Amino acid sequence: MGRFEGGSAVKVAADIPSYVRCRHVCGASLAATRCFKFRKLVKEVSDEELFASGHRGCAGCGCTVAMRLALKVAGRNVIVTHATGCMEVISSPYPETAWRVPWIHVAFENSAAVASGVEAALRALGKKGIKVIAFGGDGGTVDIGFQALSGALERGHDFVYICYDNEAYMNTGIQRSGATPYGAATTTSPAGRVSFGNRTFKKDMPRIAAAHGIPYVATASVAFPLDYMEKVRKALSIEGPAYVHVHASCTPGWGIASEKSIEVARLAVDSGMWILYEIEHGKARVTYKPTVKRPVKEYLRMQKRFRHLSDEHIAVLQRYVDERWKEVFGED
Amino acid sequence: MPRRDVMHGSRAVAEAVRLCDVKVVAAYPITPQTHIVEDIAEMLANGEFDAEYIMVESEHSAMSACIGASATGARTFTATASQGLALMHEVLWIASGMRLPIVMVNANRALSAPINIWNDQSDSIAERDSGWVQIYVETAQEALDSVIQAYRIAEHEDVLLPVMVCMDGFVLTHTVEPVEVPDKEQVAEYLPELRLPHVLDPEKPVTMGALGDPNYYMECRKQQEIAMEHALRHAEQADEEFRGIFGRGYGLFEEYNMQDAEVVLVTMGSVAGTVKETIDMLGADVGLLRLRLFRPFPKEAVRRALSEAKVVNVIEKDVSVGFGEGALMTELKSVLYGSDVRVLGTVAGLGGRDITTEHVRQAIERAERALRGEKVEEVAWAGLKEEAL
Repeated sequence: MGRFEGGSAVKVAADIPSYVRCRHVCGASLAATRCFKFRKLVKEVSDEELFASGHRGCAGCGCTVAMRLALKVAGRNVIVTHATGCMEVISSPYPETAWRVPWIHVAFENSAAVASGVEAALRALGKKGIKVIAFGGDGGTVDIGFQALSGALERGHDFVYICYDNEAYMNTGIQRSGATPYGAATTTSPAGRVSFGNRTFKKDMPRIAAAHGIPYVATASVAFPLDYMEKVRKALSIEGPAYVHVHASCTPGWGIASEKSIEVARLAVDSGMWILYEIEHGKARVTYKPTVKRPVKEYLRMQKRFRHLSDEHIAVLQRYVDERWKEVFGED
Repeated sequence: MPRRDVMHGSRAVAEAVRLCDVKVVAAYPITPQTHIVEDIAEMLANGEFDAEYIMVESEHSAMSACIGASATGARTFTATASQGLALMHEVLWIASGMRLPIVMVNANRALSAPINIWNDQSDSIAERDSGWVQIYVETAQEALDSVIQAYRIAEHEDVLLPVMVCMDGFVLTHTVEPVEVPDKEQVAEYLPELRLPHVLDPEKPVTMGALGDPNYYMECRKQQEIAMEHALRHAEQADEEFRGIFGRGYGLFEEYNMQDAEVVLVTMGSVAGTVKETIDMLGADVGLLRLRLFRPFPKEAVRRALSEAKVVNVIEKDVSVGFGEGALMTELKSVLYGSDVRVLGTVAGLGGRDITTEHVRQAIERAERALRGEKVEEVAWAGLKEEAL
């Protein structure tokens, strides 16, 4: 079953750069190549591609990674609903499709509501064991799809909602959303002579989801694929609604080179701009703690959307990160 | 055995939903639709039938959930009215564009502003281009029967379109009438189990709701139009077969006292009762054509039915603001284009204002004056308080 079936875990690990550290399950700061659990997880990843290649996503697109890995975990016995957005457009231009599982797109704000209907129908028709995943981008989740999502979470449908968050309306040309970070320049929150870009902080959607009292909520990042996949697996296995919010880089939207996509996403986590945790049955647990806390400035410097920021605004962001860091990790 | 009973129109609809063995209901409460969804909930609570009932957080989500459920292969129902229907507007087009046989009852109610919970038909008429089949009913019995027929029409493989059964809010939903509730086995005989050609199923993955670029979009729209043509034929057939099994039918429209009538009133929905009453009362040589199927519009049949008429007066509970008349009047003029029939309009009953026999009498009188060659108003607003303008 493993992606590297036939090869040894050592050979697998040889492909992984030494700076990739395994802090996934064991929490140790071993190099991934030396971690037994890491090797085992890599071996368990399915080599079946249910999100087919040949779609029209940009080179270096972080969101497509989120789609692809989630399906590797879900397998074939799943029905996917999708909000309008980048991933919908690039994956389903008739008569082509990247989806090797049953997939439905209806509109922008209703992926969770459509999933409610799918889940109810499966139950009504006595079709057991089929999982339901609803995808939505940050706009389709934290803004226009907020109400439908809240309703579906509150009603207790057995489904997993995955928000792929690239922090703006990228499909329509990089407009600001409720998930856009402080200071980011977008086409509707541009930096200018009297503006430093987006004036508000990112809406804390995972915590809002958790406030619904649902059994599972997790944050994830495309730069931490095993952590993300483990969370999707858990979300799928738990009965009832689950919410996974995966931070996903966007090369044109963030102003980064294709090959830097994962590196930047990783730096978001290592700087504390994005924190990886899960809340299982009300119990919160950090799933990854950076060994070295990198300055936010390093993360910002790599992206065109933050390039205009003055030291003053960078300091504001650093303070914001420091506060959250302290709250989560209990130290500076 | 069929059961004769007296019940609210809303209850009659709920009975139809039970009889059709609907699998998924997704609904959001709105006056005057509430009794329908309450009665369904009560039936489910008492185990009278088995369905998943999603108490969604909005009408937009109600229709979205119906789309998801229908796409998964379940027979699906919802009901709404007015603002709820307007909130659904976006997804109504998607339900029909994705060719999903959802059935919805719309308890016709006026649209805001000013906010008004009473009956008119502006809400559903505003959705005439949304690709839904629309049936307007006169009685509680017809509401029940039309819901059963609606599934039959919607689910036909040549049709696969959603159907909206429109019943006047309060006038039909909240009034008690004698109703015959058909036998469940007879309904099962009339309405076979739902089998859709494409459903969301991991055994056979399909992509639904793909992006249709300019190379493909137009054909999808044309296919809907072709499906509507089929719906016209199947609506007629569904009604005939219904008559065969249950002993009553309605046609695509009802003709009353049409023999040799030079003046014909045209209307939709419950007001037809008042119109018939007035015609009988006056002993007038006036006909009534009550349109039941508004979409697809039975153009040919209506043209034939009105071929002997000289003046038509359309009494309708809607107005196209900025065009100065109701949509049915406009459409009737289009249908009768090239004939000598004069079409007049009467805007009536907006926001629940009573339409009385006196208003109908005035509409007849105006048509008769036109028939005599007198100069009359094209469009009159019945019962309007001129002094309040």
